[in-house]
Parts: sequence; structure tokens; C-alpha cells
Amino acid sequence: MSVLFSALDQVMSVMHLSYLMLGVVIGLIVGIIPGLGGIAGMSLLLPFIYGMDASVGLGMLMGLVAVVPTGDTFTSVLMGIPGSSSSQATVMDGFPLAKKGQAARALSAAFLSSMIGGVVGAIVLSVFILVARPVVLSFSSAELFMLTLLGLSVVASLSGGSVYKGLAACGMGLLVGTIGGAPATGDFRFTFDVDYLYDGIPLIVVGLGIFALPEIISLLIQNKSIASKGNQLGHGLGQGLKDVMRNLPLVGRSSVFGSLVGAIPGLGGSVVDWMTYSFAMGASKDKSQFGKGEIKGVIAPESANNACSCGSMIPTILFGVPGSGSAAVFLGGMLLLGIQPGVSMVSTHLDLTYTIIWSLALANILGAALCIFLTRPISMLTYIKFSILAPVILTLILFAAYQATRSFGDFLALGVVALIGVMMKSANWPRPAFLIGFVLSAGAENYFFQSIQFYEYSWFTRPGVLIIGALILCGLFLPPVFRRVMRKRQTQQEAEAATQPENNFSLDFWIAGAFLVVSAVFGYQVWGEQTLTRAFPLIAVTLLGGSSLMVIIQHLRNRNLVVPVEIRQGLVYVLGFFVMAFLYFELGFLTTTFIFTLLFVYFFAQAGVVKSVSIACGLLIFLLGMGRLMSVDYPEGLFDGYVLAIANMI
Amino acid sequence: MKKLKQFAVGAVAALTLTTTFAADQVVPDTVDFTIPFGVGGGTDVWARFMAPNLASFIDGNPTLVIKNQPGGGSITGTNLFYKRASDDGSDIIGTSASTLFPFMLGDKRVRFKLDEWSPILASPTGGVVYVQPDIGVSDSSDVAKLMGQELKFASQGPTQLELPILIALDLMGADIKPVFGMKSRGAGRLAFERGEATIDFQTSSAYKNSVQSLVDDGKAIPVFSVGVMNNEGDIVRDPTFPNTPTFEEAYATVHGKQPSGMQYDVYRKFLAAGFAFQKVIFVPSDVPSAVLDEYNSAVRKMIADPKFQQESAEKLGPYQNAVGIDIAKYLGDAVNISPEMYVWIKDWLKSEFNYKL
Repeated sequence: MSVLFSALDQVMSVMHLSYLMLGVVIGLIVGIIPGLGGIAGMSLLLPFIYGMDASVGLGMLMGLVAVVPTGDTFTSVLMGIPGSSSSQATVMDGFPLAKKGQAARALSAAFLSSMIGGVVGAIVLSVFILVARPVVLSFSSAELFMLTLLGLSVVASLSGGSVYKGLAACGMGLLVGTIGGAPATGDFRFTFDVDYLYDGIPLIVVGLGIFALPEIISLLIQNKSIASKGNQLGHGLGQGLKDVMRNLPLVGRSSVFGSLVGAIPGLGGSVVDWMTYSFAMGASKDKSQFGKGEIKGVIAPESANNACSCGSMIPTILFGVPGSGSAAVFLGGMLLLGIQPGVSMVSTHLDLTYTIIWSLALANILGAALCIFLTRPISMLTYIKFSILAPVILTLILFAAYQATRSFGDFLALGVVALIGVMMKSANWPRPAFLIGFVLSAGAENYFFQSIQFYEYSWFTRPGVLIIGALILCGLFLPPVFRRVMRKRQTQQEAEAATQPENNFSLDFWIAGAFLVVSAVFGYQVWGEQTLTRAFPLIAVTLLGGSSLMVIIQHLRNRNLVVPVEIRQGLVYVLGFFVMAFLYFELGFLTTTFIFTLLFVYFFAQAGVVKSVSIACGLLIFLLGMGRLMSVDYPEGLFDGYVLAIANMI
Repeated sequence: MKKLKQFAVGAVAALTLTTTFAADQVVPDTVDFTIPFGVGGGTDVWARFMAPNLASFIDGNPTLVIKNQPGGGSITGTNLFYKRASDDGSDIIGTSASTLFPFMLGDKRVRFKLDEWSPILASPTGGVVYVQPDIGVSDSSDVAKLMGQELKFASQGPTQLELPILIALDLMGADIKPVFGMKSRGAGRLAFERGEATIDFQTSSAYKNSVQSLVDDGKAIPVFSVGVMNNEGDIVRDPTFPNTPTFEEAYATVHGKQPSGMQYDVYRKFLAAGFAFQKVIFVPSDVPSAVLDEYNSAVRKMIADPKFQQESAEKLGPYQNAVGIDIAKYLGDAVNISPEMYVWIKDWLKSEFNYKL
């Protein structure tokens, strides 16, 4: 106990606080800029870290790592761009809220939930870390496999109306996730001899393609501001805080769940937001607003993701095995400071561990407070005409995607996923199901084969497996049972809801057909491989093909319901995206950003010369600054060499 | 546009001139140190330790900027470096075992040519194989008891850092059943701690930090180390683990003779590439010879510096970093796989793990 408070004493010193604050500010900046995350922040801080006093250095690192999931909420809510993988579920309801003119409400609710989530996570961490070792070790590959199944079962509640569409989307995600090396054998699958595909498609690219680009395209087609209804911003801010206070039990549950999932190495934080999102949905009486701007859909994932990054410190500190991407970054920093993770962190170096935990709690509070402070000015963005924002957002998206592997493949993959995203959005297919399938694909396959190889088939009987299995069954079967009971009470309302088919049948037919072709091609590709290589992709192919077939059969049965939808415009924009991506790459990222922004804002948005030039210049200066500060690279293309040369003189 | 171009080119020229003559230095002011791995990984941490030290011994103290370019298990970043590195000494690269192995195994994604680069420094490491205490082995002299029982080994993949260990254990006659798909060696260790894996392997620093405490608690038994190569080219006990026999000793305990033959030769190749040359700093060979000389003299000064030696021992283990012209030759030997060896390793990977090269 005395260690706990002496560590607090140390954290409260001016030196420690100021470095912590530095870490927080940088963490927020890299969090707000999509695609950067903790890794970019590290490259900024590392030169300072080397040779620093350990506890001060840890505080600074912790400040950085802790607030990344806080800062990334801005782009998720305001622009529909998931700033990092941990805020993908926030987009689901945060962005619709922004469209309703309630961006400030969504943001302030998100930040307060993040703050509480982070503090709860730190408390859980401070107690749990003392006893965590045996608990963490009890999660073997078999339990981890069951946890991935638990994650996949969430698809059922996110599918909305059509189960088959949900399953098909999930199957497609699983299949896309199998591109690259097979974990059990090391063989490469579905690479089509393209180097880029050997590593699989990066998560950030898939997230941007499936969510951000389709949203931007549909906004461009409408060409209004993001917020369609006017609203008093100040009102929204207080409202958001009140929303959190009203939903405190939800915040608490999500935070505790988030920190525990974070503590298990190997599962990763990228799915915890979806799980808590679906739990929040399952626990609400009124589900109709989810996906259309339900504040609970923002509160739950935001409480969970900050708590999760606290939890992920447990395997990092105790075992030296990072539980998430940003934890890996933190681990590198620890090693540079000369601190070795391991059991010693709870015996001889307990003071350092508590320094980490106090810094974590403090960083979460400071970060969220700063964000709430910034909410009002930044929310104003949603009132700007979208065509003015579009080039800025497009540049940000390309920037984010390019940070994944720094190759043209990132742009191409982004475009292809965006094509799927645009079609799924237009026809109302559940895009989260695709994303969850993609995220969990590698884990599900890997842990399944590992548990069979370690335990043969006796792993089914492990107590942990049985408990998680029971949880999955409850999650799958209790809600429908509840619904049936409810339906008996209020048949009227349910019947009304059922007569509003939001499906778009003729487009469904095309999507399902395309998916069917994909499943045939992929199935044919992998058929000749050895069992361990092909088994999992074949399961995904079967799921994808079977569900797509069912969608087609449904479509044929309901031919009279065909409602044609306008999608050609969306496809034209995707084509436009490919052209732009090509120009960004070939002519040079900086050059194209400047010229495209200038022309687009001047001609398309019909803004004045001063406005166009200042937006284009601002964006260019921002990119140059990022390049200089964080040693970020851009595709140089034909002309960027000159731009950089001029910039270097100034 | 043309005017602008002239202006820019002129400006660049002016800038280069001023920097070159200002400090009377041969290595450019800013050096990009490419690391084909992500931030926070082993190679990254090693590079971030080396960079400021190395910079301080180069004339004019240039800034070494670490450029992480992960992907393809380091092949992507190394290919890019091969394609783009400039010939004025402003680009250097740090590699790891997982860069050299695909090169040796003829991975078709590899486009870089190691013989066009000059290694200026190599950081070696060792490693220890250890087992669960409940399989009848109480110390390293019991190694023969490992034979005849199925040993589960949580491994990253058939062609990863564990490759020489897999070859060695197979040569010894152990019935190894690798479970592939571990995300890192750390994940493999976790599987061992969970009791899923019966045998595991860690490099020296990871062993010291995470496994030694298990050994002290009686939860793990070290069986053999991979040893280190002395100046005569023989494998001797690792000074970090003086009480742990080398693989060669363990083999002799089981079989009563020294290991030899094709499989042993292949093992030695991959051992050298994976451990003696675990981390290497390369400079493209087409840089001006004055630049290469400056780099070589800087690393020599660096490893002679007592402060560096002390920090290096703390952070990277008590191994002597190798420098000089010699490592070019040794490294060249190590990564040079003869056609017979290639056929052997290809067939072995196919028959053991059904893995196609």
C-alpha cells in the first residue's frame, strides 16, 4: 500500500507531470490524425526517451499510449473515419449523431466515457496485476479460440434484419482475413503472386474502405454539410455529459469488460468495441435507434477501448507479450529505458508498475478533459459545406492508408474494399459483420489449430471453454426468446416494423452474386493445398457461398418487392477515387494534395480564390510539418522532390 | 514550371554544398537508418540503442533517423532499401535473422542482393533450449531422456528464427512436434508457461529476463545452448550460460560422438546467419570509399568505447559486436547455401512440415 502512495507522490512531481503532459498532448495529436496512432507518437518521443530517468520516461510514454483511443474519437464522430482500430464501433452511432447536428453531444459523451473507462481500467489494473499471472496463464489457445467465437457471435445481433446477409458479410470478412500466410503451416494463400498480399490486407485499410470512403461518397453525392439539422452546439456538450451520467451502469460494465479482455494477450483490442457495442444493444429495450444515432452506441465502445488499453498493460508488464499494437510500442519504450518486463515488475519493481498505473489514470483524465475543451471549436467542422471538407478528408484517408505499408497496394486495397463498402452500404448489408469477420479471422484459425495440436480434441472439455461456450449460447438464444416474449405483448409495433423492408432487392442480387463468384474463385484457389492450409478458408468459403445463395433464393422468391436503387453514382465516385489515388501516387502526394484541393474547392465547392488557396496551403503545410516532425514518408512521385526542396529552404 | 524546377534544383545544390563543406565531413548530415521491422520490436530496440552511439563516433555527428518499414517479415523494407538507397552514404539498413533466412532459402519475394552491401557491424546473440520439468529430465545431463517422447514446441513458422533449433533437435533424434502460428518468440514462451508446449527456445536476452526466473523456481530445465563461435570457428560454451552445455555436447551425451554430416552443416549455416549475425548494419557498397571507411572507423571506435561496452552488455547481452572486413567474408560464407544444401533443406522442410520452398 505504501508503494502505491509513494508512486503517486512521484507522479505528482512537477517534472513527471510536465513530461506526462507532453506525452498526452502528442498522444492526442497522433490520435486525432487518422492512421497514425501510438507508433507515430513514439517516433517523436523516442529521441527524448533514450537516457531518461525510468519513471519519468514511463510517465511520458504512458501519457502517449493512454490517450490515443481518446483522441481518435474526433475523426470517428465528425468524419466517419475510424481514427484507429479501437474506435471503429464508435463510427456506427457517433457519425449519425454528427449528421443530426449532435456532434458535440456525441463527442462529450465519448470523452467522459473514455475518462471513466480509463480510470476504471487503471483501478482494475492496480488490483488485478498482483494476481493476474495465473489468470492470464489459464487462458490457453482453446479459451482464446472460444473468445474469438464469442466475438464472431456478435455478428448475429449486428446483422439487423437479414441473418443471411450478416453471415455472408461475415464470411466475406473471414475470407479476406485469410489472405496471406497460413498460421498453421506458413504456406501463402490467395496472394495471386502480388507481394502486397503476402502480409494480408492491413486492418486500417479495411476499416477506412468499409466505413469512411462509402460515407464520404454518399455525403459528396448529397453535397450538404455533415450536420444536416442545425443545433445549438453548447447545448449538445452538456447533453452528452448528462447522457453518460444517465448510463453509468453501462459505462461501468463496458469498462470492466474492456479491461479484462485487454488483459488477455492474443485477442487484441480491435474487437472489444464491437463486443461492448452489441452488449449495449442487447441490453437496451429500444434497439431501433442503434446505427442511426443512439448515444449508448457511443458510450459503450468508448468506455471499453480506453479500459482495454489499460488492461493490455497486464500481459505487457507481466510477460513482455504486448496485448495490443500500442502496448507493443510501450514495450519497446520500456526496453529502451532499460526496464525488463516480467515478474520482477510486481516484486522488486512494484513502484515502477504503480507509477505506470497512476500515470495511466492521470493521462486518461487529462486527455479527456483536454478533448472536452476542444470539442466545441472542432465540432464546428460539421457545419461546413461538405465539398469544401472533401479534399481534406480524402487526403487524410489516403495519408492514413499509406501509413499501413507505404506502398501503392494500400491505395488499391482501399479502393477495392471501398467498392464492397459502397455496395453494402447502398443495399443495407451489415458492414460491421464484414469487419468483425476480418478482424477475428486470423485469431480464429490460428487458435483453433493450435488448440487441436496442443490438446487434440479434449480441449472441448476444458472448463474455460465450457463457460465461454455457455456465454455464446446465451448471447445467441436469449435475445430472440426475449423478443418473442416481448412480441406477444406488443404485436402491433413489431408488425409495423416488419412491413418496412429496408432491403434493396435488385442490388442484393448483384452483391450476393459477386460474393458467390468470389467464394468459387477462392475455393478453387485453395483446394489443392494441404489440409491445415485450406481447412479454414474452405469454412469461410462455405459460409460465404451458402449465405449468398440463400440471399439469392430469397431475392427470387420476393421478386415483386424489387426496388431499384441508385448506385451508379457511387460507383463513379469509387472510380474517381482510383484515379485520384493513382495521381497522388504518381505525381507526388504533396503536389497532388495541393493542386487537387485548390481545384476541387475552387470549382466544385465554388469557394473564392482566397479560401481555396488558404485551404490548399494549410493542408500542404500540415503534411510538410508531419513529415518533418514524425519522419512520415509520402509517395514522392514526379514532383514532390521539388516541393520538398523548396520546403527545406524555408 | 521549368523555372521553378531550376530554382529548386539550384536550391538543393546550394544546400548540399554548404552542408558538405561546412563541417569537413564525409557522411551526410542526415542518415536514414532503415529498419525493416515495426516500432518496439527487437531489431527496432537494438537500432535505437545503436543509432545515437554510432552517430556520436562519426565525424560531424550526423543525425541517424530510424525509418521503420515493416512488412513481409522484413523482406518488404529490405527490398525497398535495395531499390532506393542512395549512393552517398545517407542510407544504411539494419537487418535481422528473418532478413537473412528468406535470402538463403531463395524466397521469391527477395529482390535484394546482400553481396552489394558491406556489413559494418554485426551483433551476435546466443540462445537456450529448455523443457518442462515433468517429462523426466532433471538437468542437462538427462538430455537422452528427451528421445522417444513427443515434444511440443510452440513456434512461429517453419522458416523463422527457430529453423536451426528444429534442425538441431531433429538431428539429435528428438520427436519434435512444432505448433506453428505463434506471433512472436514471446508468445511461444507464454505457451510453455501455460504448460501447452513441452519444449521451448529463447534468445539470450529473453532467456535471461523471462526464463531464468522459471528455472530458479524449478518450472523449466535448460537442456542446451547454441553456444558461440570462437576465433578458430569452433562452437564453445556461451559465456552468458557457462553451466549449460552446447548443442554439440548434448549431442555427444546422447550419441557418444560429435555431430557431423549434411544436416549438421546446414544447421551451422543457419545458426551462423541467425545467431552470430543476428543483427547486422549494412552500408551499400557503391558509396564513396571515404564514406565506407568513415563508417568502419566509427563502429571500431564505438565498440572500443568502455561506456558503450558497458551499456551494450546491459541492453544486448555480453556478446562482442563484430566489425571490420572479416565480417564481410564470414557473413558471405554464412549466407551462401550450396546447391546440395539447398536441395537438402528443401526436402527436409517438405518431409518434416510439408512446407514447400
